[in-house]
Amino acid sequence: MNQQQALHHRIDKALNNPQLRRNFRTAMDGIRERRADQFPDDSKLQALREQARAIRNNALGRQAELLERLEAKLISNGIQVHWAETPEQANALIHKILHTANAHSVVKGKSMVSEETELNDYLEERGIEVIESDLGEYILQMAKEPPSHIVAPAIHKNRFEVADLFREFHPDQPYTDDIDELTGTARRVLREKFANADAGISGVNFAVAETGTLCLVENEGNGRLSTTAPRIHIAITGIEKVVEKLADVPPLLDILTKSATGQPITTYFNMISRPRQPGEKDGPEQVHLVLLDNGRSRIRYDDELLDTLRCIRCGACMNHCPVYVHVGGHAYGTTYPGPIGVVLEPQRLGIDQVGSLTSACSLCGACGEVCPVKIPLPKLINRLRAEAVDAKREADSVPGQGSLRTPGEAMAWKVWSGIYGTPRLYRTFTWLATRLRRLAPSRLKPWTQYRSAPKPAAHSLAELARQEGFDHE
Amino acid sequence: MSEARENILRRLRRNKPSTMPSGSSPPPQEALSREQRIQKFTARQQAVHGEVHRVGEQQWINWLAVELPKRGLLRVLCGTGAIGRELQQAAIRGVSLSSYEQPVEQCKAELFASIDAAVTGVRCAIAETGSLVLWPDTDEPRLMSLVPPVHIALLPAAAIHQRFEEVIEKEGWAGGMPTNALLISGPSKTADIEQTLAYGIHGPKQLITLILE
Amino acid sequence: MSPPTTIYFFGTCLIDLIYPKAGLAGMQLIRNAGVRVIYPEKQSCCGQPAFNSGYRDEALRVARAQLACFPEDYPVIVPSGSCAGMIKHHWPELFAGQPDEQRAQAVARRTFELTEFLVDVLDLQLTDLGEPIQVAIHTSCSARREMQVADRIDSLIAHLSNVEVLEHAHKTECCGFGGTFAVKQAEVSGAMVEAKSNALHETGAQRVISQDCGCLMNIGGALEKQKRNLPTQHIAEFLLERTRAAKA
Repeated sequence: MNQQQALHHRIDKALNNPQLRRNFRTAMDGIRERRADQFPDDSKLQALREQARAIRNNALGRQAELLERLEAKLISNGIQVHWAETPEQANALIHKILHTANAHSVVKGKSMVSEETELNDYLEERGIEVIESDLGEYILQMAKEPPSHIVAPAIHKNRFEVADLFREFHPDQPYTDDIDELTGTARRVLREKFANADAGISGVNFAVAETGTLCLVENEGNGRLSTTAPRIHIAITGIEKVVEKLADVPPLLDILTKSATGQPITTYFNMISRPRQPGEKDGPEQVHLVLLDNGRSRIRYDDELLDTLRCIRCGACMNHCPVYVHVGGHAYGTTYPGPIGVVLEPQRLGIDQVGSLTSACSLCGACGEVCPVKIPLPKLINRLRAEAVDAKREADSVPGQGSLRTPGEAMAWKVWSGIYGTPRLYRTFTWLATRLRRLAPSRLKPWTQYRSAPKPAAHSLAELARQEGFDHE
Repeated sequence: MSEARENILRRLRRNKPSTMPSGSSPPPQEALSREQRIQKFTARQQAVHGEVHRVGEQQWINWLAVELPKRGLLRVLCGTGAIGRELQQAAIRGVSLSSYEQPVEQCKAELFASIDAAVTGVRCAIAETGSLVLWPDTDEPRLMSLVPPVHIALLPAAAIHQRFEEVIEKEGWAGGMPTNALLISGPSKTADIEQTLAYGIHGPKQLITLILE
Repeated sequence: MSPPTTIYFFGTCLIDLIYPKAGLAGMQLIRNAGVRVIYPEKQSCCGQPAFNSGYRDEALRVARAQLACFPEDYPVIVPSGSCAGMIKHHWPELFAGQPDEQRAQAVARRTFELTEFLVDVLDLQLTDLGEPIQVAIHTSCSARREMQVADRIDSLIAHLSNVEVLEHAHKTECCGFGGTFAVKQAEVSGAMVEAKSNALHETGAQRVISQDCGCLMNIGGALEKQKRNLPTQHIAEFLLERTRAAKA
């Protein structure tokens, strides 16, 4: 199966799952409304977006310098810094840290980057127990499924599906499909893990170069527990997450939580700058940061595509995407779904692997409208479509450039441009189409599977214009 | 792997760095009075099931003496600083007070299973988001405001600022950050099941702020 | 901007071949308002279909051929949010670095979507001579987000005293046309147009009005296939019909 077929297969599966479609429709409608409620004043929203964009642009413009400063500051704070170019390197680094410290059990806070590297599988294959502590991620761990959304990973599941999972994996707990009770069950069963895990692994929302501070947002408390209770804390993040100074954090935090979940702020904002200091009674003795590249540095080579790296992983784009609401996150088949996935994944994994994702978009623009850091997502999607069929194949361009070009389609557009680009030919074509309209096909799969076929009119507008006496120059 | 580091930095340096203006200033906000800040903080907390009470500066012990037994919060954890010492002196009837004296490794079981509520101070608060700001330290460690099911925070009214950026600036955070700085804006919650809010998942189920005036 | 003496009308290829009456209605509305309307005969297409498929060279070839249609400094009026958006917002991108870049940018700068022109420049006054009717308005994504003219169609219809507007659920959500998207991702597009046509039908409106014939072809085609009696119509035709200013 080629990538287009695989994509269609996943999409079909999603479209034929009425429960999934209902779950996503309800969830997306709710999130959209909650976000809108946080931004009653449009001019304030636009000012905040512009501020956030400028902060992220500034950080990206000086990325190497800021990463070096971040590293220096973290090290002087007592936090160890590691660099990984690939998922394999990142996983190996983390494993080595755990192995050296004789750590056998890990409790994890939510980290999309760790999904990217498939860290859990890697560690489990090497005999390390990994427990996801974020409720949504824990649900998925039981279901053995990947996240379908970058902020609300189990958004595709309803409470009955969750109740069944708890019944299967925790038969000693009383069955319930009441959400409050399910939450209580999760608290009970995960408590012991926090208390006894050897290590905690987390992501990072913002890494502040000025003070060497790792910032995490969360509502549940599992992030704080994972990064405070065990004796080792390992944070993993992408190299684009660095920001210059502490003053950059409040506006980003503000627009992140409002865009992501429609909250003025999350329950906890956790700022970590050091391991446990002498005299302190809790906190990890060792804190590590793993900086992952995995294709991000190469994205910088292109001034236009560089905007991709501004992303603060809020999920607003997929929340508002009319394709995502119908098919959900798994249909994309990549770590990051939705519009940001369509833009990021072909650049990260190659157009030859996942470039057909760029067709899973009607260019409606809803994503670009809500992106808190003003990434021009539709423009970048269109740009990647051009890359996908560009025959030039320059060095250092998007991996897999040109790999979706087919002779058939290329010829079709050539012929089209020949006709439409030559007034005389175009006029002949339209004349023929109108005069031969009765021969127009009424079955034009795939169009006519859902709609009746359009028919050329009896006279073109050009003819009507002449008839009605309009000037033609 | 320093080779990875060199490769990554080299790739990042390939592009000419552009110096874009760092962050336009936000639209100016209307300044709130102290009373308005107290009310905004309270409203924000209450909107997410936080409990807030205004109590005379010297009255918080009395409040606890009444409320702790009333609510069945009989095993209370305090720190080793001024608040802890006052609580010890008060010796509230019916309440068994422990203080967080040992490293967590020595008292983990008790911390996780045998404490009903912890009482801490706070550094300050932020009205706009309804957030308590804590810099846990050797006296009041990090897990106090996280593990026990109830967290009671003592907040002097004068320490309620309007916005997060003000706190960072006025308190000079850029001069040096502590091991851990926290913004706590309500009891723990999740919406991971059907996007429906449920409280008390991993952090405290209840957050009670006593604003001291 | 005060009303010009003359405008160019860029009909769009879809209207030229499939919905010419919508284009004609637009031209008549403008002529009736006392503005001279030129329909350049060399026009064909803004190049968007190829542009959105990634075939930028082919798109450029076609877009370039349009430049000869607009020699004078007259505004260019386009009865489609999508095609107006292509010219106004994407021609600068498409022609970047090209020898005729300045010419293309000049045309882009003076391009208006039709309802934008009718409201902002002509300040069209309308007297509704029609029978009471309820309509639903579907604003195309390009009209809404690229050209930002959603409120123009709303305000034109609001002028019609016998027309009641019924809002449909998820009204800002895409109808699923997206040009070649409807073919390349037929199943998702089908799901989207099904949702949109259901929502429109559920309002109980007697007609669906839009600024964009692409959406109308998509939604109208779906409604027809579903055997629902809910006709669709371009805003220009609707306005002309309601004001019965058929003579031009």
